[in-house]
Amino acid sequence: MDFTFTPEQDSLREQARAFLAANPEPSWKDLAELGWTGVSIAEEDGGAGLGFVEEAVLHEELGRALYRGPFFSTIAVSLPALPDDLRAEVASGETSWTLAFGPLVPDLDTADRIAIVGGDGIYELEGAEREILSTTDETRPMGVVRGGEPGRRLADSSVLEEIRNRTLAALAVEACGVAKRALELAIEHASTREQFGKLIGVYQAVSHPLADAYTRLELARSLSLWAAWCVAQGTEDAGERAPVAAAAAKASAAEAAVQVCETAIQVHGGIGFTWEHVLQRLYKRALWIESYAASSSTLRAEVAASLLDVTPTAIGINPLPVSLTQGG
Amino acid sequence: MDLRDTADEAAFRGELRSWIEENLPEELQGHRGGAARFEGEKMRTWSRALHQAGYAGLTWPKKYGGSGASYTHQAIFLEEMARAEAPPHVGVIGLGMAGPTIMAHGTEKQKARYLEPILSAEEIWCQGFSEPGAGSDLAGVRTSARQENGHFVVDGQKVWSSFAHLASFCILLTRSDPASTRHAGLTYLIVDMKAPGVEVRPLTQITGEAEFNEIFFDGAKVPTENLLGEIGRGWQVAMTTLLHERGTLGFALQAALEVQVRKLAALARDRGADSLQRDRIAREWIEAQALRFTNYRALSKLVKTGMPGPEGSISKLVWSEANQRVTKLALELLGPDAALAEENAPYGGYWQHQQLRSRGNTIEAGTSEVLRNIVAERVLGLPKSR
Repeated sequence: MDFTFTPEQDSLREQARAFLAANPEPSWKDLAELGWTGVSIAEEDGGAGLGFVEEAVLHEELGRALYRGPFFSTIAVSLPALPDDLRAEVASGETSWTLAFGPLVPDLDTADRIAIVGGDGIYELEGAEREILSTTDETRPMGVVRGGEPGRRLADSSVLEEIRNRTLAALAVEACGVAKRALELAIEHASTREQFGKLIGVYQAVSHPLADAYTRLELARSLSLWAAWCVAQGTEDAGERAPVAAAAAKASAAEAAVQVCETAIQVHGGIGFTWEHVLQRLYKRALWIESYAASSSTLRAEVAASLLDVTPTAIGINPLPVSLTQGG
Repeated sequence: MDLRDTADEAAFRGELRSWIEENLPEELQGHRGGAARFEGEKMRTWSRALHQAGYAGLTWPKKYGGSGASYTHQAIFLEEMARAEAPPHVGVIGLGMAGPTIMAHGTEKQKARYLEPILSAEEIWCQGFSEPGAGSDLAGVRTSARQENGHFVVDGQKVWSSFAHLASFCILLTRSDPASTRHAGLTYLIVDMKAPGVEVRPLTQITGEAEFNEIFFDGAKVPTENLLGEIGRGWQVAMTTLLHERGTLGFALQAALEVQVRKLAALARDRGADSLQRDRIAREWIEAQALRFTNYRALSKLVKTGMPGPEGSISKLVWSEANQRVTKLALELLGPDAALAEENAPYGGYWQHQQLRSRGNTIEAGTSEVLRNIVAERVLGLPKSR
């Protein structure tokens, strides 16, 4: 058992953090030149041939940086539906994608092409009109598509489970990136701001909610990395746990990110409530993650069904036998 | 990153699992007999069996009779024992606290005298740290140790001492310099529990059982050779003990929580749960998984770098609060039957007992308030509150 990142994965994170600090608004081409758009695409299709754990490192760092662009929609969501030739175009930075799964389509303002889930598979949607809607989180715009025709058939419906798992796991690690930055800002503030003649971090009414925020974040991050690892196993045995791991991770991480941001806003006092402070943008991304794909309570209902109902469910948790009659 | 057992780990886990299955007497499984189960000869036999199979003092060096196993094997051992609902070796305080402290600070003579009987369950140990006036604030210790003609004379009172009524020896934190305050002037002693002037009184707790004791010292004589470490440097020795108390404990706690959540799910299947209760059950299952993988992250860091990761410091805090929620939720599922007790209650009163016992979880081995201070100051680096 080894639950640490490899030195290569660590340096990918360092590279990502440094690059995004220097270039807060990178273009799709920039990301392709860094090799990020092809991170989990096979080498023969022009990618780096790495796995979902490396991809997750990037989702986490992009979340932390509040990146605006089609990376999530293309890489986390659409990739499993794309045939090899189209993957190669993603790796080279030629095209980006989004997937119309429900009525609200993420990254519709920046994604080049649109895939749509039809009755028996996933198709490219051609000639559709796009309307970008105003969203609370301005860094993750959504829109609706009207009209258009199904074009090339991209994949059959069997890829939907992989899309679901990747989407939930990516959102979970992204939420961890958002929460980590909010927590760091709050710790910094509590360590420098003085009131009543003392640094406010000495007051347990301030420090204990921060300890709790850290706790929620670390628990969520453990689940998110577990989910990322399970997704990376693909069809291997350990990949069987991906559906439940991804559901648990997204439910936990989205809630944790919202809670950590709320604690951070409270610890900052008035300045945390202002438009100019980055916290409001982190908070809005956390709220977006909570609302997208499936809410935490919806995901917990799936976990509960799998734990409690006799009928086997999609995300199977094997209940090991236990004795109910071991009284004292 | 590979979350599967390595071949070596899988082999160890497999052997251990079948060993427990073959050797654990049914009457010791689970919580039968409550706290009193530690007193019988069966527990000594079970503990000796663990020792003979090499599972006692797993991480102790071979030269002290241990198995010299890795932290990972220790973690697997604790997981599997909790999963099988097997009771621990009766020498938990000796194995986890007194033994490692003697190894770190003891003389060769002390090591030769005390370590082996801990492993073989011949001698049980207890801990004398907390006092009525020194709980979370351990540096407030007042039990005195006065030097006199080649021995210490000990007077005072200790409290919350598990196993004191069964113990041969006590690791005792005393104040040897009456003029000293706080962390200075403390001395760490090994005390023979059968010596004159040492009296143990059981402390009946909220569940009606007596897991803990008070120990009264009234002019008890302790030979100078029973000094552990140096006179006046007892605080440093005590820190070694507490470090071990909080070491790999997280794995045992998480696995126990996993069993508890599984029982909760079985209870819900048996008696039904509404949709709000189902949401809370799912939440607790997720929490138990989160705790498991958080422990794994901390352990991996410990194995790779020799330093435990900061993630590990939240383990006991998270477990204690989760166990309180899980047991209370179980009572909610029992409905009006929750008011019944013992043999009149469903499942022999298991949940009623567990729920009451869980209130101690956020107090024992570091209160949640102290643990939050530790996270805030040592992990997050916030300014110190005191």
